[in-house]
Amino acid sequence: MVQRSAARPRATGWLLAALPAVVVAVLPLVYLVLRATDQGWDVFWSIAARSRTAELTVNTVTLLAAVAVSAVVLGTAAAWAVTRTALPLRRLWTVLLVLPLAVPSYVAGFAWLSMDVVGFPGAWLALTTTNLPLVLLPVAAALRSADPALEEVSRSLGHGPWQTFLKVTLPRIWPSAVAGGLLVALYVLHDFGAVSLLRYETFTLGIQTAYAGSFDRTPAAVIGVVLVVLAILLALAEARMRGTTSARLGPGVARQAEPIRLRAASVPVLLGLGAIVVVSLGAPFGALVKWLGVGRTSIDTGALVSTTATTVQFAAFGALATIVLAVPVGFLAARHSSRPVRAVELAAYAGHALPGITVALALVFFGVRFAQPWYQQTPLLVLGYAALFLPIAISSVRTAVASAPVGVEDVARSLGRGRARVFGTVTLPLAAPGIAAGAALVFITCAKELPATLLLRPTGADTLATALWTKTGVSAFAEAAPYAALLVAVSAVPAILLEVSVFRSGRPEDAVLDSATRGAQS
Amino acid sequence: MTELTITGLTAGYGATRVLRGVDLTVPSGSLAAVLGPSGCGKTTLLRVVAGFLRPMAGEVKLGGRVVTSLAPERRRATVVPQEGALFPHLTVGANVGYGLPRAGRAQRVAEMLQLIGLAGFEKRKPAELSGGQQQRVALARALAPAPDLVLLDEPFSALDAGLRADLRADVRRVLRAAGTTALLVTHDQDEALSMADVVAVMRDGVVVQAGPPDDVYSRPVDLGVATFVGEAVLLPAVASGGSAASALGTIDLTAEATGSGTVLLRPEQVNPDLDGEGVIAKVLRTSFHGHDATVTLLAGETELVSRVPAPLRIAEGDNVRIRVSGRGRFYPAPMKDTRSTHDS
Repeated sequence: MVQRSAARPRATGWLLAALPAVVVAVLPLVYLVLRATDQGWDVFWSIAARSRTAELTVNTVTLLAAVAVSAVVLGTAAAWAVTRTALPLRRLWTVLLVLPLAVPSYVAGFAWLSMDVVGFPGAWLALTTTNLPLVLLPVAAALRSADPALEEVSRSLGHGPWQTFLKVTLPRIWPSAVAGGLLVALYVLHDFGAVSLLRYETFTLGIQTAYAGSFDRTPAAVIGVVLVVLAILLALAEARMRGTTSARLGPGVARQAEPIRLRAASVPVLLGLGAIVVVSLGAPFGALVKWLGVGRTSIDTGALVSTTATTVQFAAFGALATIVLAVPVGFLAARHSSRPVRAVELAAYAGHALPGITVALALVFFGVRFAQPWYQQTPLLVLGYAALFLPIAISSVRTAVASAPVGVEDVARSLGRGRARVFGTVTLPLAAPGIAAGAALVFITCAKELPATLLLRPTGADTLATALWTKTGVSAFAEAAPYAALLVAVSAVPAILLEVSVFRSGRPEDAVLDSATRGAQS
Repeated sequence: MTELTITGLTAGYGATRVLRGVDLTVPSGSLAAVLGPSGCGKTTLLRVVAGFLRPMAGEVKLGGRVVTSLAPERRRATVVPQEGALFPHLTVGANVGYGLPRAGRAQRVAEMLQLIGLAGFEKRKPAELSGGQQQRVALARALAPAPDLVLLDEPFSALDAGLRADLRADVRRVLRAAGTTALLVTHDQDEALSMADVVAVMRDGVVVQAGPPDDVYSRPVDLGVATFVGEAVLLPAVASGGSAASALGTIDLTAEATGSGTVLLRPEQVNPDLDGEGVIAKVLRTSFHGHDATVTLLAGETELVSRVPAPLRIAEGDNVRIRVSGRGRFYPAPMKDTRSTHDS
């Protein structure tokens, strides 16, 4: 039976408290559309129909399809190898294959640029390697949780291992693989770091060029709208697909299948996995080590420390603002399911679909027009972080509140305590650790964010990511290397959490997934 | 006076009505068990009485106060949920003291822990307690503010059988000692019959029968209640006057009746014996429970269950004679219809 409770706080008050989050989340989207069409829909359509837009579309879709398909094929194959075969050192292989999540796309861009692999090949390599784990992890989880009895039945009915894989195993993991592939596609669409450094013109780089290179900023806004439409469609498709996978996953601790002995086939399998690891980990870490070595005598420690301090400061403000905005929304989502609440939650999730560069662009326009004193000041940057990362904070709060059973709140009410008192003495203390963890995740995600920071940062202020981007852009690789190393260290935290959460519960936690992957698309 | 009176209560979720006019009175200081299969609305009833769910119609009165639209915290009706739902972030002492005013809290907590046999457990965390101990603490927490009513929602269902019996007796004792009116929701016949002063059988959102356990067991209002509150032997029969003709021969009835219908016997009224008089039956199966045994018999075309005290003197395949002790209750309704409502 549905556990509904009158002991939960009244919805209207909480809906009001959730409104600021909705405004922050939706403002960039709305204002971007307004700005793109403020010279009329004619102008909008004429810019949207330019050959330049078509060129960006072709470039973007080509890269997106290439990366998504390679990630799905390689990720599924690798997931099968590390979960179902008697490979030596399976656990180590898994860690090595997931570790590229800790490499933000701009660090991969830095690596490939320093090796002179640019344009489409560079962008394809950089994004495939950093996004591969997004397919591998859910597919591996699906394989681990799938009841091996089905495969055994198929084998006992006379189907060989290949036929069994195609007829039984693949249909069961396919939804996870496709959902992963759609997520990869979404992040390729979002990516600014890798394509900008490797000079492959997709929408995001096109927007930045149009914004920086011309006095008329309407074209930037128009391309931004086109990009946002594509991103929302992809995000919806991904959410839908992910919905179908969760129903297929059983409880996490299923009996494990007998690992398949590869015998002679183990050589090509090991070579394949080795090649993936060399390209996705060896290249960035090799470049890092090399350039750290080259520049080790001339590290500007002062600049590094002050940049780190700036990064921490911005990220702390961002995390604080985001979590404060998120608490009412997450609380409502966990305790109250009604149409207005679902609408609020959906609106607040806009940041999951929106590319960082479009959010930043919209806020720049908004700042110039309505909030002049905030333009190129910290508040606008914090607003941008909040718009982008509210989904991470909300899912953390929601999970935290939902883990406190409704029953305890009902009991507290029946013992004579009012709504506010119960929230303060029962709900909040129980949810506090989860909320704090959510804030930490947002902090890390802000710290490695690139495109929004680039556009919205106060004049003269540099974060680790913008410093890396600027120095790499002028081929100062040795100078950039320490920043890249610090960013990899920061990004490793959510990557490890994601790996652990998937392997422990069989399902990635939304907040951790979002936080980890926001690195790949910064 | 803290009598609980429920009249014409209708409630549900959205458009679905789960309660369709519930009437029930629980006298002051007594324990009523609401017994029903899952989905009959018994938990919804408890939530409406506690104030967690607003009813669509009807009235809840507690000790003469109408509480129907009061917030849960103003009803003086505390709950013991299925799995205790202790506040995991608070100690045992803080849990029990949650509903108490600051003044005299520590003393009252100590008193309550004493009452449930967990004296000195104040500083423990709920996670350090066994399931049975958690349930006791939940009861102490509910009784600590001396409420007018305690609502227990299948509080023993998560415990294993041995512990359950102990805890039932303990809860009964503690409730008696506190003199609190209590409403227990359960799907377990045994629990309801053994613990309660009043058993209310719920079906499809209404209370179909309420009364002392013995009354509900031996004088069920219909065959659905009869089969739900205990094992039943249902025999097609034709009644005339004070007796009815059935597969077990002529059975004396509790009241005069005529026409065809069903006679209800309890398995303990069916006594198989190796010799003696009565209808001949074949022993199909026996299952031994220690204190007694159930024996499945075939008399003519009719299969029936009998309960016999240990030691068991008959075995599978034996031919026995059946003697019926006591009287049977006669229900004129056709057997099929009542069966299906019970099964649903």
